[in-house]
Amino acid sequence: MKKEIIISGFGGQGGLAIGKNLAEAGMDEGLNVTWAPSYGPEMRGGTANCSVVLSDKPVGSPVFARCTELIALNEPSLEKFEAGVLPGGTVFVNSDVVTDKVSRPDLKAYYIPCAQIAEEVGNPKVGNMVMLGAYVAATKVLKPETIEKMIETMFAGPKAKFIPLNIEAFRRGMACVQ
Amino acid sequence: MAIVYEKSKGLTDAELHYCPGCNHGIIHKLVAESLVELGLLDDAIGVCPVGCSVFAYNYFSCDMLEAAHGRAPAVATGIKRTHPNQAVFTYQGDGDLASIGAAEIVHAAMRGEKFTTIFVNNAIYGMTGGQMAPTTLIGQRATTCQSGRTVEQAGMPIRMAEMLSTLDGCVYAERVCVTDIANINKAKKAIKKAFEKQMNREGFTFIEVLSTCPTNWGMTPLKATQWLKENMAAYYPLGVIKDSSAEVK
Amino acid sequence: MAKELWKGNEAIAEAAIRAGCDCFFGYPITPQSEVPEYMSVHLPEHGGVFVQSESEVAAINMVYGAAGAGMRAMTSSSSPGISLKQEGITYLAGAEVPAVIVNCMRGGPGLGTIQPAQGDYYQATRGGGNGDYRTVVLAPSNVQETVDFVQEAFDIADQYRNPVVILADGLIGQMMEPIEWKPIAKRDLPPKDWAACGRKGRDHHNVINSLFIDPEECNQLNNHLAEKYAEIAKNEVRWEEVECEDAELVITAYGTPARIALTALETLRADGIKAGLFRPITLWPFPEKALHELAAKEHVRAFLDVEMSSTGQMIDDVRLGVEGQKPISFLGQAGGVMPTVEEIIEAAKNALKEVK
Repeated sequence: MKKEIIISGFGGQGGLAIGKNLAEAGMDEGLNVTWAPSYGPEMRGGTANCSVVLSDKPVGSPVFARCTELIALNEPSLEKFEAGVLPGGTVFVNSDVVTDKVSRPDLKAYYIPCAQIAEEVGNPKVGNMVMLGAYVAATKVLKPETIEKMIETMFAGPKAKFIPLNIEAFRRGMACVQ
Repeated sequence: MAIVYEKSKGLTDAELHYCPGCNHGIIHKLVAESLVELGLLDDAIGVCPVGCSVFAYNYFSCDMLEAAHGRAPAVATGIKRTHPNQAVFTYQGDGDLASIGAAEIVHAAMRGEKFTTIFVNNAIYGMTGGQMAPTTLIGQRATTCQSGRTVEQAGMPIRMAEMLSTLDGCVYAERVCVTDIANINKAKKAIKKAFEKQMNREGFTFIEVLSTCPTNWGMTPLKATQWLKENMAAYYPLGVIKDSSAEVK
Repeated sequence: MAKELWKGNEAIAEAAIRAGCDCFFGYPITPQSEVPEYMSVHLPEHGGVFVQSESEVAAINMVYGAAGAGMRAMTSSSSPGISLKQEGITYLAGAEVPAVIVNCMRGGPGLGTIQPAQGDYYQATRGGGNGDYRTVVLAPSNVQETVDFVQEAFDIADQYRNPVVILADGLIGQMMEPIEWKPIAKRDLPPKDWAACGRKGRDHHNVINSLFIDPEECNQLNNHLAEKYAEIAKNEVRWEEVECEDAELVITAYGTPARIALTALETLRADGIKAGLFRPITLWPFPEKALHELAAKEHVRAFLDVEMSSTGQMIDDVRLGVEGQKPISFLGQAGGVMPTVEEIIEAAKNALKEVK
């Protein structure tokens, strides 16, 4: 098993965090993982992306031209990276922001209204968790329990009040693709 | 037989290499005596420059480091920050401190590094053979301004003590010379005061010592001393340029 | 031991703290600024000293001062900043002052780009500043190795009284990877009785100095350094061979390109091509002898050197190691562009075609 994932969006949309969550959860499940950000001036305002590898074998290249999955949080990301998704790969589209559809018929596409669901759950900041839920449910490479446990660790202590909210968002994201 | 005079324990027995009439020997002695009299010698760490005093590590009997040209204040920063209770000093000339090491001295002063800089200003590059320094006076001849320094070509000479005094981190700056007994005594007092303030952790302390270079000025030692008094001291006024503790009072 | 997910640059800083780094002096530059940022917060918590210097030149000279006075000192930067530090590094080498210097390489020449590159190979392995000297150069290719090498670097530096360079690149600094904080074997280190830290009753003064004006004395210093470097070359050379046992084609690469090459190996092997990887871990001393022996093997037919450099720099050392026994092809991308897995596969196939 080897997943090479590109997550891309505007700086501040939480794309880098989704990547970190995937890497962290992958590590918790004993997978070999890497997280590599694009860095530089584009991080402030422009499009930022990161590359994540989840693999049961040691990770060679942490960066790649072709990905197994693309998470596109904004329009330019879909434009830029759709062509690089491997045949039969999957694209997760943040459909609140991206109005375009995935054009390639050989790709599987999920349209996730992250912001809308986050709003319904009660906090616009948990949109990433919705997307993370969608990814986990669709790819089945990580166990939902691992993510939920990670959320509990992430918000330990005084931030504990945010745990139910994040778990709720994660589960709603999973429900989107089931 | 009673001993009436003894070489300072702050100096080694190595023979000085300085030219006849050069002031470095006197200034070395004053720094060494100050360290001994303040009981700092055994702990002290000195940093010497590139320039005529490049071999100062052979002369001071405390532990010494030889720095790259102009970098003594950075070297001293590394030492003092990791040895905050020990006396640390840099001994630098004008090319070293006011030219190639201008950034290092300004920022050490800005940070208020708690070491003492002895700045020997003889208005010329001595070791390399008499080239123009940033402190060379207007009209003064040097091998790279053979008809004398001009403002058009090189601007006006830099007054380091005044410039560093504008920085809050510099708590004490005094300009002295060692042309005669009275001035030598004043210079020693200033150097001791600087070390005392350093050990009180007040901030950066700076002693500028006007000095002669008979060889490269092309003068006899006596003539050079006279020239220093008449020309250098006129452009570089002697005395306390800044004393933060005095301001507080 | 539990694995933790660390960003390369932060892991470098944490590793240094764990290795007993007393002080860090640095200046901001992308892509290594997380090192001084992390140090500014955490080094003082461990009783250490952090100073943001006015320049790279000042930073390396602060290292010289602190390390010359006996402290474990470190600085880090990226390519243009490392160029500025060369003055200080040659003084460290000449005065035999131990220190650790991290270079998260980016593209050049000049201001170049902030993306990963390997254009500083010559500078790192040939001394970099004026004079005859060498620095030990450790080239990690993942975050785990980076933290292991940083910790060990302090010991290597102290053992030989010599600067040690960690030659990483922007990707290693910026990426996150799981690591374990493995205990690093401590070396038996000589006391720093040479340090200029104040006499405190010592019967002589210590002097940290690289000036030897008498040619005979300077020659003596150089001979002494040459002997020391020979000793380091004997003791410290490291490399890794992956699937070289039967390899027809051997890829030579270090750092990030080496791990890209690992991915390429999988495909090459799947396509029936016997490919292997020879990865120098110490770039100086370079594993010349091991490479020479590998090149002599009958099954090895060709080499492919892969670097993030368009002219090729390590390839010179590869040539010295191979010594004409087998042909060497080259694949290089620079300026922040990394060679891709696909490019490596193609270049590897071409390299073999040429010898058929």
